[in-house]
Amino acid sequence: MDQLAEAVPYLGKRNLKAARWVVIIIALVAPIIAMMFGRTWVRILDFALLYMMLALGLNLVVGFAGLLDLGYIAFYAVGAYTWAFLASPHFGVHWPFWAILPLGAGFAAMAGIILGFPVLRLRGDYLAIVTLGFGEIVRIFMNNLNYPVNITNGPQGINALDSMNLFGWDLARNLTIGDVQIHSLYLYYYFFLLCVAGSIMFIQRMQISRIGRAWAAMRDDELAAKAIGINTRNLKLLAFSLGATFGGVAGGLFGSFQGFVSPESFSLMESIAVLTMVVFGGMGNIAGAVVGALALTALPEILRNIAVPLQETLFGHVLLDPEVLRMLLLSLAMILMMLLRPGGLIPAHARYSRPELLGKGVRT
Amino acid sequence: MDTLLQQLLNGLVVGSVYALVALGYTMVYGILGLINFAHGEVLMVGALTALTVITTLMGVSPDMPPLLLLGIGLLAAMVVCMIVAFLMERLAYRKLRNAPRLAPLITAIGVSFLLQTLAMIVWGRNYHTFPQLISTTPMQPIEGVYINPIQITTIVASAIIMVGLVLLVTRTKLGRAMRATAENHRVASLMGVDVNKIISLTFVLGAALAAVAGVLFASNYGIAHYAMGFMPGLKAFTAAVLGGIGNLGGAMLGGIVLGLVEAVGAGYIEHLTFGFLNSSYQDIFAFVILGIVLIFRPTGLLGERVSDRA
Repeated sequence: MDQLAEAVPYLGKRNLKAARWVVIIIALVAPIIAMMFGRTWVRILDFALLYMMLALGLNLVVGFAGLLDLGYIAFYAVGAYTWAFLASPHFGVHWPFWAILPLGAGFAAMAGIILGFPVLRLRGDYLAIVTLGFGEIVRIFMNNLNYPVNITNGPQGINALDSMNLFGWDLARNLTIGDVQIHSLYLYYYFFLLCVAGSIMFIQRMQISRIGRAWAAMRDDELAAKAIGINTRNLKLLAFSLGATFGGVAGGLFGSFQGFVSPESFSLMESIAVLTMVVFGGMGNIAGAVVGALALTALPEILRNIAVPLQETLFGHVLLDPEVLRMLLLSLAMILMMLLRPGGLIPAHARYSRPELLGKGVRT
Repeated sequence: MDTLLQQLLNGLVVGSVYALVALGYTMVYGILGLINFAHGEVLMVGALTALTVITTLMGVSPDMPPLLLLGIGLLAAMVVCMIVAFLMERLAYRKLRNAPRLAPLITAIGVSFLLQTLAMIVWGRNYHTFPQLISTTPMQPIEGVYINPIQITTIVASAIIMVGLVLLVTRTKLGRAMRATAENHRVASLMGVDVNKIISLTFVLGAALAAVAGVLFASNYGIAHYAMGFMPGLKAFTAAVLGGIGNLGGAMLGGIVLGLVEAVGAGYIEHLTFGFLNSSYQDIFAFVILGIVLIFRPTGLLGERVSDRA
């Protein structure tokens, strides 16, 4: 929260209290403003919140602990498929929300540890490739586990997932209080906002705790960290499983919000997209993850709305479709950020990390 | 028995393509310590360039001999790939040469997706039929085992190129400069080696090999599309690690071994798992092998350098 407030331009450096209020008000008012541009934009904000949660979780692994994880979307998939298995007509099971979400988080954490154990000795690029492989393996299984026993329903995915039901209060239905009708997208927005706010608070505490500082030490110099008695094995496993937990929760929310899951949503491109959000915003920085996720979810949509009509008027037909534009934007964001501003949009706070390590000179 | 022989043969064909690509990974890694994540995309660019050139030529003069067509296509592919690789190194990687390790890797991932996107813009999302200019009519040298001319070409061409590369690296002055740069940039430059030039050259050389691999790959399968480079690239990386990254012989051995394991594994996985897993799980082998090698023998089969990077 404070890191977010500090990131507010101008005000953040001068009046933290006011900046804090700015952040809160923006967060609360955003969907109402978005609704003026149409319902899609509220939906996009909902997705931005989900991506924020993913980015926060990945930031914990990549930014805090320095472990480059390219298979992060697998944990999102675990959460989403847990929801799909336990709350859809696919198996005919309809468990309540508060039973599935923790279960999904738990499964994801377990998957994190399963991935973490074998890769404990790996660092940097090797770690990245092995985690990428892990993500691909999970996706291959999702795609093919419809035979001989139909578990995941293969590439078609699972449809008609239950919506979120908080103690008899269905988020997928519009809420009517008196004469005022509140659209379901708002309900999801504020519920997701609550989840993201909770995550931010938790992660911030984590970052300044003994564990968070140990992560920073391990990231900056693993050997030195070991020498001063930090148990790097446990810390790495903790980072993987905790990061995965956030992915799992976000996955469960995604499944119920979207209403269907299919392997397509969990491709490598999505892992890369989340990584770009973290890198773009600023590795090792909570505000960076949040801003990165918001920017890189909203920008492609804005582009979609500007570029497509623009192309139609200029060339008479659509030259670059929105999906291509999104990929172009993400890949360029990644390359240019690394070349021009390696610390990201909002470089990590000097107190929590050593940004010069991300810059030039020091080779880790 | 016939199945085994047939799968070994198929493995050898795919393995030699992996080996060609793996050489590019291993050369760059040996010199820069960088995993050039975008190397697989170079293969894709090569295949698609060759496709465009060949189909255009076929339209212009339909009675050109197929071998000449393939030759021109291959040459064009090599040139374009070399330019792509040169630009890639010059614009993206050079500035990050002394940056911490995560930065170049993230950039490489970005370059990889940028190339895919650009290819999507240029060639579209559809699968293209790659003209099979070398016959694919299977012959039967042994009863029950089939092999076609393009497969033979793949194996022979790869072998010739690999021998050529080894000779280049071990026997020529240029090769010596490359090896010196791999040992130590600063000392090499003190000995009069133009390190920047050598690094550019390494990228370009690797790209040329990837272009050949791309054309062979597309000729074998008869298709080409914008995402075709990703999986072979990943597998070739696995092959390079399996053989011992930074080691030329290792890359070749790793490529062949990976191809064989994959083909034999795909042929037998259904029996071994009692029908539970089938050959659509073929891609898993590479990742499992990669994991096992990195955990138990991070230096690979032939790698002698104990790596502190793993």
